[in-house]
Amino acid sequence: MPAPPPADQPVVAPQEPQAGAVVAIEVEGLQKRYGDFYAVKGVSFAVPEGETFGFLGPNGAGKSTTINMLCTLVDPTAGTGRVAGFDIVSHRAQVRRNIGLVFQDPTLDEYLTAEENLRFHAELYGVPKDVVGERLRQVMEMVGLWDRRKSLVRTYSGGMKRRLEIGRGLLHSPRVLFLDEPTVGLDPQTRSSIWGYINELKRQENITIFLTTHYMDEAEYCDRIAIMNEGEIVVLDTPEALKASVGKDRVQIQTADDGAAILALKDRFGLDSAVREGQVMFSVVGGEQFVPRLFAELGVPIRSVSVARPSLDDVFMAYTGTTIRDAESSNTDRMRTNPFVRARR
Amino acid sequence: MTASSATPSATPSATTTAAPGGRAAPAAVRVAGGTWADDLRAMRMVWKRELIRFFRNRTRIVTSLVQPILFLFVLGTGLSSITRGLPSGVNFKTFMFPGILCMAVLFTAIFSAVSIVWDREFGFMREMLVAPVRRSSIVVGKTLGGATVAAFQGAVMLALAGLVHVPYSLPLMATLVVELLLVAIALTAFGTMLASRMEQVESFQVVMQFFVLPMFFLSGALFPLSGLPVWLRVLTRLDPLTYGVDPMRRAVFNHLGLPRATVAKLAPGVTWGGWRVPTLLELGIVVAMGASMLAVAIWQFSKVE
Repeated sequence: MPAPPPADQPVVAPQEPQAGAVVAIEVEGLQKRYGDFYAVKGVSFAVPEGETFGFLGPNGAGKSTTINMLCTLVDPTAGTGRVAGFDIVSHRAQVRRNIGLVFQDPTLDEYLTAEENLRFHAELYGVPKDVVGERLRQVMEMVGLWDRRKSLVRTYSGGMKRRLEIGRGLLHSPRVLFLDEPTVGLDPQTRSSIWGYINELKRQENITIFLTTHYMDEAEYCDRIAIMNEGEIVVLDTPEALKASVGKDRVQIQTADDGAAILALKDRFGLDSAVREGQVMFSVVGGEQFVPRLFAELGVPIRSVSVARPSLDDVFMAYTGTTIRDAESSNTDRMRTNPFVRARR
Repeated sequence: MTASSATPSATPSATTTAAPGGRAAPAAVRVAGGTWADDLRAMRMVWKRELIRFFRNRTRIVTSLVQPILFLFVLGTGLSSITRGLPSGVNFKTFMFPGILCMAVLFTAIFSAVSIVWDREFGFMREMLVAPVRRSSIVVGKTLGGATVAAFQGAVMLALAGLVHVPYSLPLMATLVVELLLVAIALTAFGTMLASRMEQVESFQVVMQFFVLPMFFLSGALFPLSGLPVWLRVLTRLDPLTYGVDPMRRAVFNHLGLPRATVAKLAPGVTWGGWRVPTLLELGIVVAMGASMLAVAIWQFSKVE
């Protein structure tokens, strides 16, 4: 069971969906154990229909295991889950018919054309014959690949393949689309274009999206985020609320004399600061309101000021006491020593 | 996309509604399923994919015929010089022909099984395994697809019958095609079973080396099954392929118009302790082997993830 969060951190219970909203995903005490290794230590949450819900956390935090349980690919050790109203253990086929899956690793047949890949999917998911053609065109246009439908998938770029997989995941009009690290391994430009497509399809299809990512900036696209670390949900809220809960804004100033500025910040405001990348940086509550005081009282000429709201990086740091990168390397060690996890890779 | 005319479906469970005069709303898919018709549809698609992939890969079609052709015409011709003593002037290539048909089927069937391991390595297996259909429909579709391709290769070899003095008589050809198909299904099922738990193509190739050539050599494709030392006789009787080669050889020799004694010498049939196993039982063994290996394969696949 998840340990209670430390007292100095806000306790965020899994949120109940808003009244009247239809629940797309409902999870209670979901747990997965391999031997004596707990990949997921009992998580509970609910996702209302139409929401984009993100699992954020380092590699090895248990995100993929959770997604695999929700997709009926892995049996939970304990706990229950319902997706699109169907139990993930007793009604697998119904769950699968109602979800779209885009995995971390590609699952396309590269020696078939894009269209053939999609037709294969349509047949296996029982898409009614009279709508296959129309639906195929819809999703291929949505992901911008209609003109390339006759090309072998092996001639596609990485971003195109990922788009095709997203399109394929939508082909059978699922009610929930699972995206496991949808942009991993893609260059930044392709990543943002993938996000453009995801937002567009959400607008068109009114679909619930459940995604995992370990890119902090991508979590911002979500309506709500659960931060996962070491098999537990550390916190669950909207990106704005999470950032607000961290409280402090990050202020960066350029001054005529950085040394004097650092001393003055300590003396007059009691703030710790440091020089990073040629700028004096510090954190303060209500950064925008602080700026006028700063100009009035610092006593050192200021050339420029920038105030940044806390990023999800800061949030992750605040709730786990570690950066996502450090957590990743320690998780790798944690898994490396566990034979069960290693055997599955 | 013409975004303006798209009507996003507001209802939670989408229903097929064409927006009047405009682009259709997201086409819906029914929630129900899990019927036999769905499984058959999936099976047919998995089967079709094997055919699409095979006929797109011309190199594979040609190269997998190279080995049987080498055996038949190079080895066959070479050995003909020292096998001139065959009764009634029967050419050694004629004798080998049924075995070579099986060889073409064997190699292609096993190659089809390798594609299962490839699919796993390249992730496409996952796309199939997560589909909301019975696993067995995937496994059977895959096996029948591989078998169709293997039987096709056998049929291509069969077309060369005239070159090795086997007559193109309709009953003979029909018999051989049916037998090829049965052997193809059994051998592909065998390959599917072996591939069901394999993760790497390399390890599959090692296992294949272990089975393919011994199966071929012990099947009696290259020599008659009578008058063998005990150890070899036992091994040949244990080889499932033996029960595929023998019916085909009997069929061929029964259509050559040879004296009974010659047929008895060159196509003596498979004997169990002196009892000659009838053709139908032999084919029954092939079918039973195929069915049980397919059952094991299905069971293995049902355990994966």
